[in-house]
Amino acid sequence: MESMNVLNSKYEPVIGLEIHAQMNTASKAFCGCSTDFHSSPNTNICPVCLGYPGALPALNEMLVDSILKMGIATSCRVREESIFARKNYFYPDLTKGYQITQFETPICHGGFLKINLKNNETKKIGITRIHMEEDAGKSIHDFHDDSSLIDFNRCGVPLIEIVSEPDMNSVDEATRFLQKIKQTLVYLEINDGNMEEGSLRCDANISVRIKGDKKLGTRTEIKNLNSFKNVSDAVSAEIKRQISLIESGEKVSYNTMTYNAKDKKTTATRSKEEAHDYRYFPEPDLVKVKVTKEKIENIKSILPELPEQKVMRYVTEFKLPSADAEEISHDKDFAGYFERVVSELKLKNENNYRTAGNILRTDVRKVLNDRKISISEFTVSAKVLAGLAESVTSGSISASASREVFNEILFGNTDDEQIKILENSLKKYSQVSDTGKIESLVKKILEENPEEVKRYKIGEKKLAGFFVGKIMQESKGKANPKIVNELLIKNLED
Amino acid sequence: MNSTPKSFSEINSGLNSRSLTCVKLVNSYLENIQSQKDLNVFINLFEEDALKRAVEIDGRLKAGTAGKLAGMVISVKDVISVKDKPLTCASKILSGYNASYNATVIDRLLEEDAIIIGKTNCDEFAMGSSNENSFYGPVKNPVDKTRVPGGSSGASAVSVASDMCLLSLGSETGGSIRQPASYCGITGLKMTYGRLSRYGLVAFASSFDSIGIFGNNSSDIAVLLEVIAGIDKMDSTSSNEPVKNYSAILKNNIDPAKVKIGYAKEYFEEGLDSDIKNGILLQLDKLKKEGFEIREISLPHSRYVIQTYYILTSAEASSNLSRYDGVRYGYRSQNSSSLEEMYINTRSEGFGEEVKRRIMLGTYVLSAGYYDAYYRKAQKVRRLIMNDFENAFKEVDFIVSPTTPTTAFKLGEKVDDPLSMYLNDIYTASVNLAGIPAISIPAGKDRNNLPFGLQIMGKKFDEAGLLAMWNEIKY
Repeated sequence: MESMNVLNSKYEPVIGLEIHAQMNTASKAFCGCSTDFHSSPNTNICPVCLGYPGALPALNEMLVDSILKMGIATSCRVREESIFARKNYFYPDLTKGYQITQFETPICHGGFLKINLKNNETKKIGITRIHMEEDAGKSIHDFHDDSSLIDFNRCGVPLIEIVSEPDMNSVDEATRFLQKIKQTLVYLEINDGNMEEGSLRCDANISVRIKGDKKLGTRTEIKNLNSFKNVSDAVSAEIKRQISLIESGEKVSYNTMTYNAKDKKTTATRSKEEAHDYRYFPEPDLVKVKVTKEKIENIKSILPELPEQKVMRYVTEFKLPSADAEEISHDKDFAGYFERVVSELKLKNENNYRTAGNILRTDVRKVLNDRKISISEFTVSAKVLAGLAESVTSGSISASASREVFNEILFGNTDDEQIKILENSLKKYSQVSDTGKIESLVKKILEENPEEVKRYKIGEKKLAGFFVGKIMQESKGKANPKIVNELLIKNLED
Repeated sequence: MNSTPKSFSEINSGLNSRSLTCVKLVNSYLENIQSQKDLNVFINLFEEDALKRAVEIDGRLKAGTAGKLAGMVISVKDVISVKDKPLTCASKILSGYNASYNATVIDRLLEEDAIIIGKTNCDEFAMGSSNENSFYGPVKNPVDKTRVPGGSSGASAVSVASDMCLLSLGSETGGSIRQPASYCGITGLKMTYGRLSRYGLVAFASSFDSIGIFGNNSSDIAVLLEVIAGIDKMDSTSSNEPVKNYSAILKNNIDPAKVKIGYAKEYFEEGLDSDIKNGILLQLDKLKKEGFEIREISLPHSRYVIQTYYILTSAEASSNLSRYDGVRYGYRSQNSSSLEEMYINTRSEGFGEEVKRRIMLGTYVLSAGYYDAYYRKAQKVRRLIMNDFENAFKEVDFIVSPTTPTTAFKLGEKVDDPLSMYLNDIYTASVNLAGIPAISIPAGKDRNNLPFGLQIMGKKFDEAGLLAMWNEIKY
């Protein structure tokens, strides 16, 4: 068989995603029970979500508001009238024997999201539909040897399902799209974006075809991918599997697959013949969901700022380079911290914005990565960080000294402590701009290194950097590098 | 047997004059229940609770703090949830299940001091027309104990006909109140879909089901209806249409000159017993003499009613009954070695034959490849049937028909012939397809001295009109 690289250029994968996102409404989709994820098992339950005889669902209007936010943010069309349907199947954690979902008339349809590609181009990924449904309970099979347990707390928790068009043609595009969906959900404050806790889950539909072919190949569907890594590994494993099948003259058949992260393989669990017949039909216990134009306008007016809008604003309002703006706004909370720092700046100007951005992108990011914490767990106050940024911009400390100061601030436990540390270290590192002092330092270093001076003078100009390093070291980083440079050149050229 | 008061107003005057107490009243009903045990009316009798409540309400009556329904003793079909009481739906599959909440209608009537005397027998999950499909055994018709009382709310009808309570709450999906009312010689009112909350009524076919009332006279039903009707946030399909003051409306006599009554020729064709046909025509004649305008109308899609009804109700039932799986409550078959076997054994052993027949029919019509031919087509026909009524009610205020094609049949006579059993619903099921209200009123007796009813169908939310018309029907 040809090498995988060759095959990858011969074939083109076609990928579509189905993403289930839990909505963070306070109560469940069809009853008043709490959706609190951390409650003890089987405490957020009532006759409705337990499917007791005679109990009826009643729609939580907050779910409609949430899905409309996502629909509007992804430029979907919104149906003025849509209905719920029942999806019938038996499973112990499905209390009614059917799931309430939407089938023929999803409330939102025909939208798109743009993703940024590696080469800085953008690509439009179509969104076929977004609909509302309820979650099932959770079966626990590994607690007892001879029996299973069920926690019904999750039963009836509201979900939206986002179905994309088969518009992605690489693993990279698929993960970027998923990332974009997650970012949008989090920006809209309707989902916490936590794949590990299951509040965001993904199924992937995959087929391959010879590049240039118009016709789609037979697809398979990988169910229940619960991390970005699994999505990317599973999709690439499935693409490889399908290419190998076709190369060896076999045919891909429609199957439902599961992905095993241990051996990085996808395996078929159900064929088309064995597929469930869910017997969808309109849910007679619920009335039509009606969405008025006023409601849509109202949702639009309260829609939070979306990622693209934020980037745009950072570029125009704060004059950040667009790459910096992207980086900062990638995570909504991180961007929120940046904006708090900005609001604490005494002098609102471009230089201060940019310096603050730089400190966040480098020093703060490093701490978050090293400590594996999120920005909400980061302890340095925005006010202190704003003070630090202004000291750098004003030239009272150097950029290199700023890192030292930052590291010292990290030791402060309270705002007051941090402010004290900042003040003390500013004194300690305050930049020397006194030309007399710097000139004597320059002279001292040149005297100590006569050999290098000689080499410089006969043309080895790059030794300037060597001298600057020595001088800065001697000044413990306090010397103003601009003045050092000027005086060094003056003394050397003399 | 004790003679008990025949109306709520009689009870009220007894209570007011202190010649009657709730305790006395409950005791007389309980004695009547005891002396007629062979009718097999109650699945659960709330003997102690009813007496205890009677004592409390007598206290409140003395203190002048009693609710509107003080002195009203009611039986409840065992498909309606009453908190802390077994709820069986006359099925083995719910054995051991105690309801954890009150149906909305139960909450409302208890709030006004009604007394529930017990839960009545019925066809399993309200599926049937004879009350023979019960895990708790068949119910007998008090008029002739060799005959069925009708179904599915057969025992509810019997409880009122046999003085075991004043009123009874039953339920309807395709005639389950009107048909037994007709067979037992009493009156049963099926409300407009959405008039009464379904919360706590165990679902058979959600878009058809409605709670209804059996009673001896219009003013009793009016009083109860005023208390239990009205929108309920727990039932999205309940209507926000304001609840009428039915009692006040009934005080005014109908002016016959202002009322047009239709009769649909499709309801008087073959299959209708000649005694019933003559009886209903005689009643129409009387109404005409009283000054009502009688007009022939057409409900052209009547011949599709039974098929449409059985396809749609079975489809909904197959889904509604999925929750009885042995996992959380009720009956669970032992000795199953896998989950699938547990489901199969539990449901095979727990459900009766008729229920299983409908689950299979409903599953079939919703299956891939058959959905369009059956379910979707039946939905379209339902729309046509609704249109028939909408058009008819542009011309007339009420439509009169027989309630059933025959009088009560013999116990066991149709058990093995489901199709002929289904034809019992031929005049009643259209009302549930259309979601309109209808009442069955005693209108005569056949050659065997068995009662039959006259059905009046009304415009949506015109329960008051139906109750008022009741007062015009005499035989």
